[in-house]
Parts: sequence; structure tokens; C-alpha cells
Amino acid sequence: MSTAVEARDVSVTVGATRILTDVSATVERGEWVTVIGPNGSGKTTLLRAVAGLLAFAGQVLVEGRAVQSSTRRQLARQIALVPQHPQTPGELTVAEYVLLGRTPHIGYFATETRTDRLAAERAMARLGLRKFTDRVLGSLSGGELQRVVLARALAQEAPILLLDEPTTALDLGRQQDALELLDELRRDSGLTVLSAMHDLSLAGQYADRLLLLDGGRVVAEGKPDAVLSEQVIAAHYAAKVSVIRKDGGVFVLPRREEGRWVH
Amino acid sequence: MLERQTLADIRAVAYGCVCPSCLSGFAAREHARRSSEVDGEAENRADATWAKAVPHEAVRSRGISAAWAVVALGLLAGALLLGLGTGAASIGPASIVGSLLSHIQVFHFSSPLSSVDDAILWQIRAPRVVLAALVGGMLAIAGSAYQGVFRNPLADPYLLGVAAGAGLGATVIIAYSAVGTDIGLLLPLAAFAGALLAVTAAYVLGRSAGGVRGTSTLILAGVIVALFMTAVQTFVQQQRSDTLRAVYSWILGGFGTADWHAVAVVLPYIAVSSAIILLHRRVLDVLSLGDEEAASLGIDVRRARLVIVIVATAGTAAAVAVSGLIGFVGIIIPHTIRLLVSPSYRAIVPLSLLAGAGFLILADALARTILSPAELPIGVVTAFFGAPFFAILLRTSRRTVM
Repeated sequence: MSTAVEARDVSVTVGATRILTDVSATVERGEWVTVIGPNGSGKTTLLRAVAGLLAFAGQVLVEGRAVQSSTRRQLARQIALVPQHPQTPGELTVAEYVLLGRTPHIGYFATETRTDRLAAERAMARLGLRKFTDRVLGSLSGGELQRVVLARALAQEAPILLLDEPTTALDLGRQQDALELLDELRRDSGLTVLSAMHDLSLAGQYADRLLLLDGGRVVAEGKPDAVLSEQVIAAHYAAKVSVIRKDGGVFVLPRREEGRWVH
Repeated sequence: MLERQTLADIRAVAYGCVCPSCLSGFAAREHARRSSEVDGEAENRADATWAKAVPHEAVRSRGISAAWAVVALGLLAGALLLGLGTGAASIGPASIVGSLLSHIQVFHFSSPLSSVDDAILWQIRAPRVVLAALVGGMLAIAGSAYQGVFRNPLADPYLLGVAAGAGLGATVIIAYSAVGTDIGLLLPLAAFAGALLAVTAAYVLGRSAGGVRGTSTLILAGVIVALFMTAVQTFVQQQRSDTLRAVYSWILGGFGTADWHAVAVVLPYIAVSSAIILLHRRVLDVLSLGDEEAASLGIDVRRARLVIVIVATAGTAAAVAVSGLIGFVGIIIPHTIRLLVSPSYRAIVPLSLLAGAGFLILADALARTILSPAELPIGVVTAFFGAPFFAILLRTSRRTVM
């Protein structure tokens, strides 16, 4: 079996609001799938459902095992989640924070062992964070913090990485750094990546496949080249864009539309 | 599936060998690598030179350093000797230790104290000092637990209505028992029952009102229950205004009636409660990342919070039942440790237990000696000396409270 994540007819209702409706999707092992879609289309909710963090109808299988019937600990050994706005207590050191990523491997009442410290150090070294070991999180820049959060997820040593908007709050260069790094990690460690992203050009360049959500439903799915078209984006984002295909990549540029707000 | 990488895996990848002689080589290679690693440059080749037997010293969680453990234990020992020694009859530390040894049959040591002093020491002062230590340690460790699970720096052991419930229980017993009856045994029981009733009500209300809304609903429910119970308590007091003084003095708290029996009654609760909170010290650190991230790291947040709140509350209720409402300890001690030692609960939880015990022994010693032979309510002492100390600490420390 080579499917890492499989969602079957997943629906999520919060209060009286339907957020996801019959979403089905698969992520193969080692694949990078990015969920795109306008604000409120259900990207984050889908990731949270896969991570088992909210109640849903339908079924999500992670490595063949139903999320609903897994314990939190079993899930955490399979899936590492990097939330959009992680809590980063300013007083913790980088080492302490990354070590928290080892939680699913540490006995409930136990403290970390040498193996856990090695894994944390390895994750920090992998992300070039050695020199920050003793620094407190409050003293780091946004880009550094992003890498620290990623190091925590890496220390978790889960085969599946869920990333919710991994590049928000980063400048252009840091965005590329972060995504290149992720791609490298994915290749080196055979990670499976499921991410949600806003920037369509970046999404198209790094993902193997895109999943376009609109109004809680899957409206398009496939290779970036197939999903990203001016018509599709106009229909679901209510945006006027130019899609440029160049050097094997797909680039989405927003274009000003005369009289957009004059109806 | 990518299984957890073991140390052996890492080594095998890097050196293809895990024999002892290779292992001993790690240290030398690692030393060379570290000394060449002046800046971050070396990080890029970290993977090539990876594998090693010993993780870097800096890659660890700051628990309690040996120095702080010694300081805390030293303070507690000093407080114990001071608490046992001060009073109408002053007894020196050497005599206390000598007398203690004489009571341990193995040593065949003759007590340096007269039989009267010996009785004062072991029948009057010792139970009082031990009870103060137990209650102080319990309130402080429960405070740290509450602050951790609710991620709220203002959380104290009385947050969920323990104080109001215990106050109501005690008031009812004092107000409605016939004049002259001995309520010595009944009073702590009623206070304990009232405290548990209040917290159960708060928990049920909080749960039914806000399943997914997290901790703030629970705190609000605690406030509502506390307000209601305080109203009932005030009503009862007004009905029996002749007992106002007795109720008031119980509420202010103190150890004037301490004996070994009271120690035996609360010890099991406090021991079990503290032990379970201590075991959760790392979980409290994980909870500081918020419910969702803690859950994604494999913690069953709801269950963890429920267990911690139950044991902290039961311990607090037991403490309140024998000592009344002693404020301040549960908030100030954990924050002092946080500011002085470390923001990690791995330091805060155990050190709160020791420091809370020492602090309340000293406060009680002051309470019974300042206006001797009269006794000050201990809550006055804890706040009068604790508040300025904490204010200075807050001003001079560059750390934030939470």
C-alpha cells in the first residue's frame, strides 16, 4: 500500500455551518499535495480533520488506519502538524521547544532520553539552528521562528507533514528558502507533505498535485499545470489573473481590472 | 513507513558500524567538529559528521539545576529549624537535631532537652510546622498546576470555587452546630465536602456550557459557582450573626489548632496529589503550546486537564479543610520560581512544592511570634511580606510573567 493519506467523503459541520462537504482526496507516499482555494474555502479545516483535531463525518485513513480509531499518540507518530499560527512561548529556548516535538515518543510521565535529545539536535542541525540552541524564542525573527517550528515537526519523526500556510509572514527570499528546504527534506527523508497555501505561483512550483477547494467542496484536482488556468481562478477566486507558462512552471499574476468595484 | 530512527540507525548510516571502539571514537570526532564550529558555517556539513553517542549538553530542557535544588532544600531545612525553634521557649537548632536523634531508637542518643521542652517541640510545634509545610507546598504546587492547565498567570488553587465551597461548608457547620459541641472533626470534613461540591458544580456547568470552547468557559463557571456560594454563605452568616467571629477567623486561616491528627488526615491527599502533579510536569510544558498543538503532539488534552484539575483540587480542598483560606501562596510562589529559575514547569512544579512549604513555615512562625502571645492571621503575614517581595522581583526581573 502506498497511500499515505486518504480522505473519503469528509464533511465537517461547526455549529450550523457546513465547512466541508464530501471531500475526497488521496496523498501518495512521498508526494507533495497542496490544498489551494479562496479564504474560507475549508483548507485549514481539511488539514485539521486529517490531523484528527476535529470531529467529521466520513473517513480519513492515515497509513491505512482510520483517524477516528487511532489514539492521539498513534496519530502524532504518523503526522506532524505545523499550524498557521503556532504558539511559541517566548521564554522557551529553541532546544526546549524542539524537544517538545519528541512528545509522542516519550512516555506520558517520563522525560526525554538521550535518543530524544539526539533526534532534536539532528532536527536543529538539519535546519541550521545549532547556533540558536540556547536562544529563547522571543529573541528570534519571523523567518528563524518558522525554521524552529519546522525543526519541532521534524524532531517528531513522523512520515507525514501537514503544513498550514508555511510561508505566511515570510518575505520573498525566506518563502523560497522555506519551500526549498521542505522539498529537500521531503526528498531526503521520504516525507509525505500535505500543505495549504495562498500563493498560487509558489503552490504550483512546489507541489506535485494541487487540490482546489471552493465552498468546502473539491472543485479541481490534478497537476499544477492542469488546475491553474485563468478560467478556473476567475471562477473560484473572483480574481482577474494572467497565467504564464514558462520554463516548465506555471505562474499566476494578479491583474488590475478597470472598474472592478463599479457595478 | 518511516519508523522512529534509533541511535543505531543514525550511526549505521554515518559510519556503518556500532562497535564499542567506533563509539569511543565519537567523542574525539565530535570534539574536533565542535571546536571547528565557531559560527553557523559548520551546520551545513552537520549531516556528514552527524552520528555521535552524546547529544550536545545544550540540547536539553532546563529542569532544576543542582544549585537550585540545593538552595530550595537548604531554605526548607532552615525554615523547618526556625519554625521548630521559635516560640515562647526558644530551642536551638542543635538541640532540635539532638532531640530528633534521641527519638530515633537506633541511635541510643539522650535528648538534650528537658521533658517539657521535648513535649513542646514534638507535640505542639512539630505538628504545626509540618502541617504548614504540607499546606504551603500543596497550595503552591496546585497553583503551578492551575496556571499550567489554564495557561493563565492569574490562576490560583481557588480558581474553580474551592475557597467559596469550603467557606460555605465551614460556615454552615459553625453557624448551625449547637453551642458547646466539638466541631473540631466536623469542620474540616464540611469544608472539604463544600470545596469538592463547588468544583464539581463548576466543572459540570463549564462542560455543559462550552464543550469545545476550552478553558475560559470553565473559569467563568468557577466564578459563577463561587459567587453563588458566597451569597449563600453571607446569608447563613447574617442568620447567625453571633457566630461571625468564629467564621471570620476560620476564613482568615491559620495553624493554631494543628496536631498530629490533622497532619495524618491531610497527608494522604497532599502526597498523592503532589505526586501526580509532579508526574505531569513535562505534560504541563506541552500544554503551554495550546490545546491544538498539544493534541497534535499526542497529548489527550481533555483527559490530561481533567486529571490535573481533579488532583490539584482534591489536594487544595484537603489543605483548606485543615488551615482555612490562605491566599497568596498559590500565585506568588510559582511565579517567583518562574521569574528566578526557569519558565519550564519541570522546574516550577517541584520547586514550588519545596518553596511553598518553606514559605508557609516561615509565615506561620512570624504569625505566632510578632504579637506573641496573640497570633496574627497567617494570610495577613503571607500577603504583607509576600506582596512587596514579589513587587520587587517583578520590577527587577526582565522576564515576562507568562
